[in-house]
Amino acid sequence: MQELITRAKELLADGTVSRVLGWKKGDMGWDPEPAYFEKEEELENFVYNPFCGANLSKYLIAAGKLEGTTLVFLKPCDTYSFNQLIKEHRVKREKTYIIGVGCHGTLKAEKVRDAGIKGIEDAVIDGDTLKVKTIYGAKEMPLMDALLERCKVCKGRTHVIYDELIGAEEGEEAGPVGLAGDRFAKVEELEAMSPKERFAFWQGELSKCIRCNACRNVCPACSCLKCVFDSNQFDSNQKANADTFEEQMFHIIRAFHVAGRCTDCGECSRVCPQGIPLQLLNRKFIKDINTFYGEYQAGADTESRAPLTDFTFEDVEPGIVGERGGGR
Amino acid sequence: MHRIGVFVCHCGTNIAATVDIDRVVAAAAKEPGVVHAEDYQYMCSEAGQLKVREAIKEKQLTGIVVCSCSPRMHENTFRQAAQRAGLNPYMVEIANIREHCSWIHKDIEEATEKAIILARAAIAKVMLNAPLTAGTSRVVKRALVIGGGIAGIQTALDIAEAGYKVDIVEKTPSIGGRMSQLDKTFPTLDCSACILTPKMVEAAAHENITIYTYSEVEKVTGFVGDFHVDIRKKARSVDMSKCTGCGVCQEKCPSKKAPNEFNRGLDKRSAIYTPFAQAIPNVPVIDREHCIKFKTGKCGICAKVCQAGAIDYEQKDEIITENYGAIVVATGFDTIKLDKYDEYAYNQSPDVITSLELERIMNAAGPTKGHLERMSDHKAPKSMVFIQCVGSRCADSRGKSYCSKICCMYTAKHAMLIRDKYPDVDVTVFYIDVRTPGKNFDEFYRRAVEEYGVHYIKGQVGKVAPQGDKLLVQGVDLLDNKRILMETDMVVLATAIEPNPDVRKIATMLTASIDTNNFLTESHAKLRPVESPTAGIFLSGVCQGPKDIPETVAQAGAAAVKVIGLLAKDHLVTNPCVAKSDTLLCNGCSSCEKVCPYGAISYEEREVNDHGIRETRRVAVVNSALCQGCGACTVACPSGAMDLQGFSNRQILAEVDAICR
Repeated sequence: MQELITRAKELLADGTVSRVLGWKKGDMGWDPEPAYFEKEEELENFVYNPFCGANLSKYLIAAGKLEGTTLVFLKPCDTYSFNQLIKEHRVKREKTYIIGVGCHGTLKAEKVRDAGIKGIEDAVIDGDTLKVKTIYGAKEMPLMDALLERCKVCKGRTHVIYDELIGAEEGEEAGPVGLAGDRFAKVEELEAMSPKERFAFWQGELSKCIRCNACRNVCPACSCLKCVFDSNQFDSNQKANADTFEEQMFHIIRAFHVAGRCTDCGECSRVCPQGIPLQLLNRKFIKDINTFYGEYQAGADTESRAPLTDFTFEDVEPGIVGERGGGR
Repeated sequence: MHRIGVFVCHCGTNIAATVDIDRVVAAAAKEPGVVHAEDYQYMCSEAGQLKVREAIKEKQLTGIVVCSCSPRMHENTFRQAAQRAGLNPYMVEIANIREHCSWIHKDIEEATEKAIILARAAIAKVMLNAPLTAGTSRVVKRALVIGGGIAGIQTALDIAEAGYKVDIVEKTPSIGGRMSQLDKTFPTLDCSACILTPKMVEAAAHENITIYTYSEVEKVTGFVGDFHVDIRKKARSVDMSKCTGCGVCQEKCPSKKAPNEFNRGLDKRSAIYTPFAQAIPNVPVIDREHCIKFKTGKCGICAKVCQAGAIDYEQKDEIITENYGAIVVATGFDTIKLDKYDEYAYNQSPDVITSLELERIMNAAGPTKGHLERMSDHKAPKSMVFIQCVGSRCADSRGKSYCSKICCMYTAKHAMLIRDKYPDVDVTVFYIDVRTPGKNFDEFYRRAVEEYGVHYIKGQVGKVAPQGDKLLVQGVDLLDNKRILMETDMVVLATAIEPNPDVRKIATMLTASIDTNNFLTESHAKLRPVESPTAGIFLSGVCQGPKDIPETVAQAGAAAVKVIGLLAKDHLVTNPCVAKSDTLLCNGCSSCEKVCPYGAISYEEREVNDHGIRETRRVAVVNSALCQGCGACTVACPSGAMDLQGFSNRQILAEVDAICR
């Protein structure tokens, strides 16, 4: 962490960057939050530890409109989001200085607390063990039990775009030790259900939604200047207020809107205060895209055409998509 | 305040027999905003249109809904009627209660309910319609014909004669197409080459015609009146401006192992070749796959013997870009592959041939110089069996469901010609039906039977088995109700024809629709048979459906007339139902640009004032002249900035709401 602060100070001092985008200490040791640092002394509050789950890519849309270059720290999976935003002309690469930072997984604070660890001040990952510094002294727990769901099946393990790397080597695979397995396992489980069971599952999950909009606001793919749900030019917002449309349709429409652009960064699931596994909706789309049009990872590059906004003579016939969907 | 008029058409009994018109009128009249509702027997007639015009004037209607047939049929009719009465033509909506309702339902109760729902949806939509004004676009006075067979040649000649420039793009090294492979033509038995080659020469010599052979259409953008086409002129490896067509290179070429496509693979040709002696242009091409020079780097004999110095091994593909006002598809046909028809032993015995192969064998310039002989031992056959409908009128998925149309006649021709030239050869034809509707066609067939003694047996052949140097044919005679087992020397299969396989790719480039058999779809089966539903695309020859030479030539002329009618216009009225981007909602993400098939969307940095925030944003801009209103962009747009005028998202949602109410 000290290395990051030193380098940030250097870049601020020599005028390469006008500000730093990183994480600063929160009120509690387990809730660091995204922050801008414009002066060297402000960087004393900078923090980077396994609690820094927030993906900073989306902040660069706003940063791109400010004077000067912004230094940003991106974890491997965050770089996919940034690449995707370049592809969509939403961020300015030339006004961004990217330091890729190493990552061995990010934590779900509730899980650490659930393990009986209180008074958290800081944490480090040591192999498959999480070492937590608390006001009551040092504590330990198995890493896998503390990780966010998305990190257990980490898919974005190398930085795809950066200016320099700190705490990571070029081409080195980041991510936690001992991955838990296939990120589509839960999707397959849902696919195997009968439509009735599946409907009941989603009804149960989505009815927890309080429409706080956290998922939408944090999502790097949800970067519209004005969301269709906030506009009076469409009938979707009125309908959302009229009936059960809200719980059933808000998330499904959102999943459609980000289909093919979602990098599976998992921020939606991370921030949901109700613990809805929103990422599963996006993963279903990703899985289908992979099946029908070949493996595709949004944000892996800045040039390729996304399968849903491209066509080739080899594309499957729409009927096949229908057949498969209808058969389940 | 909306003042909507609803007009319900009986369409004689087409609609009225299945839909209770009175109930539709009554239901429509009760809809909010509707101030007038009436019905009439034929709303599209002058009397019906008069009712529409009078109601618009008397009741000061702001929009009308016509419940009638498909908008493809009469939308324009009623738009014009509205315009004559002073109403903007885009304030007209059609509720299709014929094709979408009365024709597909039997139950009056159900059909009436559906008709009411469809009317309700159209009323909900028309409330959100906005007056639109059509613009104009230019017409490039040049036509493109894809395919240089008899269809393409005839279309090009007719267009050129009317004074317009026309380009022919032909994939093979020569124009001429299938007809150049034929020996004689029914029902007059004149030689195919004698009637075709003069037309080929005429096309080549015509000052208004440019021929690109050994070339393929690579990319098509633009729209009716103004298509932009990239044509790939494949490397011929021979300089067309230098070659004299002397043919020495072909004689001296040491590589003579390439299958001769023109003779349907019955013999071999050299690596440098012209497909046939009368080829136009009479300039050979080097088949790089079989050329020793290209394979090993050694040889170069053709370059040494060429007095004109025309051989150019370095030649590269060339892309020609040209603008056209109209495009004619004349891509023709091929015979189907017989892999799935093992019972006829086509792949086992060289003495089982297709009819097109027989054409080459019978032809004086063919592999046997016109002598009828077996390909296995070059002996003259003493007996021949013709099998009709191989892959045509086929009930299973191995073949085609349709009748290939030309086989009955050419089989009669083959049988007659063989009996005439070789009276000692016994000829038997197995058939399902003999179909001869055409001028002098039945007389022709009867001559084969009555004068030339061809045995016609009604029944199919179940199996052809090679046995020694003979072929054993097992069939059935349905009229005598007995099984037939006969030995013969040769079997000729009247193989089904199918559209040229390339047509799928071409249709996709042109956004022209094709049917399940890959035939291009006409705009209207009866009234617009040579026009594709895509404006500016016309159909000539077998690409649209099986036909013989006289029909092909007639259709080719008809397509030419449609092209001439289009090119004669100075400008075209454009469709105002095009996409439009809301600058304040646009994120500049480029999704719409990527899905636009017409290249109508571009991006520009534009200063915007978004509720007090002044900034420069990258926003989508639609070129309304290029946009065809397909709506792909509106679906791709994540923020809903892109919308289609006349079919806005709100209008479509309003229709859905009205249907689900």
